Amino acid sequence: MTAGPDGKDALELHVAMTRIRRFEERCVELYSAGDIRGFMHLCIGEEAVAVGVTAALTPDDAVVSTYREHGHALARGIPMAALLAEMFGRATGCSGGRGGSMHLFDAARRFYGGNAIVAGGIPLAVGLALADSYAARPQVTACLFGDGAFAEGELHESLNLAALWGLPMVFCCENNRYAMGTALARSHAQTDLALRAASYGVRSWSVDGMDARAVRDAARLAVDTARAGGGPCFLELRTYRFRAHSMYDADRYRERAEIEGWRDHDPLGVLVAQLDPDDVAAAEADVADEIDRAVEAARAAPYEPVADLTRHVLAER
Amino acid sequence: MAATTFREAFRAGLREALAADERVFLMGEDVGRYGGCFAVSQGLLEEFGERRVRDTPLSESAFVGAGIGAALGGARPVVEIMTVNFSLLALDQILNNAATLRHMSGGQLAVPLVVRIPTGPGRQLAAQHSHTLEGLYAHIPGLRVLTPATLADARGMLAPALADPDPVLIFEQIALYGASGELPDDAGPVDITGAAVRRPGTDVTLVAYGGSLAPALAAAEQLAADGVSAEVVDLRVLRPLDEQAVLASVTRTHRLVVVDNAWRSGSPSAEIAARVAEHALYELDAPVERVCGVEVPLPYPHHLEEAALPGVADVVAAARRAVG
Repeated sequence: MTAGPDGKDALELHVAMTRIRRFEERCVELYSAGDIRGFMHLCIGEEAVAVGVTAALTPDDAVVSTYREHGHALARGIPMAALLAEMFGRATGCSGGRGGSMHLFDAARRFYGGNAIVAGGIPLAVGLALADSYAARPQVTACLFGDGAFAEGELHESLNLAALWGLPMVFCCENNRYAMGTALARSHAQTDLALRAASYGVRSWSVDGMDARAVRDAARLAVDTARAGGGPCFLELRTYRFRAHSMYDADRYRERAEIEGWRDHDPLGVLVAQLDPDDVAAAEADVADEIDRAVEAARAAPYEPVADLTRHVLAER
Repeated sequence: MAATTFREAFRAGLREALAADERVFLMGEDVGRYGGCFAVSQGLLEEFGERRVRDTPLSESAFVGAGIGAALGGARPVVEIMTVNFSLLALDQILNNAATLRHMSGGQLAVPLVVRIPTGPGRQLAAQHSHTLEGLYAHIPGLRVLTPATLADARGMLAPALADPDPVLIFEQIALYGASGELPDDAGPVDITGAAVRRPGTDVTLVAYGGSLAPALAAAEQLAADGVSAEVVDLRVLRPLDEQAVLASVTRTHRLVVVDNAWRSGSPSAEIAARVAEHALYELDAPVERVCGVEVPLPYPHHLEEAALPGVADVVAAARRAVG
């Protein structure tokens, strides 16, 4: 099965998703042990979105994300060790330890957070796309956000502004059906999100967000369209989170049967059946090793001295 | 020297910034075709074109956020918010993003954004168009908050604000736009780090900023006629606050009156009084006096608006109490 480009392609996507899945599973243990604190939101079940969207981008493109961004950050290439050190609050973290799980940044990879205000990062993405358009650079900005953002004015203001100015960006709505504990239909009169985005004159598609190849192919179409001057595009990526909203969430608002039903569409399961079991096993071993090394490095990493507390407020002169 | 208005001085600063740096653009509600709600940007669309002078929808959060993102992306945006009360619609972007991104990213990101915000009372614009909310923003670490109250500052604060690697809010007094005076022909960039003594004196310090500078200066004039020498300190920068300038003046005069159009509770005047209490209490020969806005949403009728704000007579009376 692995012979030919499709097989290689499937394996790459599968490995990328496995890294995210196993990393987050370890994060749960580390959270329970007290190594990771604060709010932590897992994307287990949603890995195809992270992997598929980032696969469509070039290194010069920009990414704006949310507080559920471990997967986006890993898929974008932030080293696992820097990411985990950040969650441990260490100075070697990708945000110097100042941000934590919800605020992962990497300027060199044009990863602009890690925004914990629902929809709060979307205007930033509009601005990044505006800067590229203004300077006639060929970059595209991918803006990831959840279905909850549809209830916020900032998304609608941003869709309008991006469409009005024809900005090179892709709105990627990771629709996992729940805004924390409130189902989409309990808070929205119109639940067809692509329809709503299209009403702003933005090209919009609904995509199976549990299928990494489908996400990647749709993202490529959208990114290419935006890059070619076709204006902003919108992708509704229909996905599901298998875990609770955050580590504090008792998850009482969903039927167990619903969660189990979605497991049939597990993005890792979708691809694994098509792969050589030896390749999959080898990938699992590599990932486990990478995680072990990241944990070890995070534990050994220094904390920022308290004397530095007031740094990074204004530029240092 | 040439006679000019504050409106023209602000416009001259904008025109110079647009001409000097291709990365600079202006965006906001009605800044282009309309010429600016208060006519500050009149003529700039015609001069610089649609790319550099951009009309936005009435989406304060989106266009301020877009300014932040554009600044992250290497541009030098100047964003105008039509009035200070509307800026609250963008408070999320200003506080949670502009002021915070450098810190949350561990110093990786900078937001060299300038936001211009017309502010202040005096035009009978009632309770949703004329408050003095500068102090609200001065509460927020990560911002630089400027309050130009002279023609030179109106003309000269924008260039250094654009050169600053951090987000800068410039609060322009609506009531001053039409006021005129003399501005040197070679007026240019000014300092944006410190306060300024606008009138030297020896008997009492009057601290003011933005819309309260004019009544403070008028009061100093009246006091002088009665033999009381008042020193007027214009804060100019509410954050980071130039505490030393205030302490130095109080150390000279030993008496302090703070004049502030904002509501007394939690206002910049409270911060000034607290700093003096912390660092110069024993320099004081009299209790600190504060002359502030009355704690009421600004009413529409002229006589009530006037009564809600520090007047010259109020400042004079406070200074007299202070000097005994």
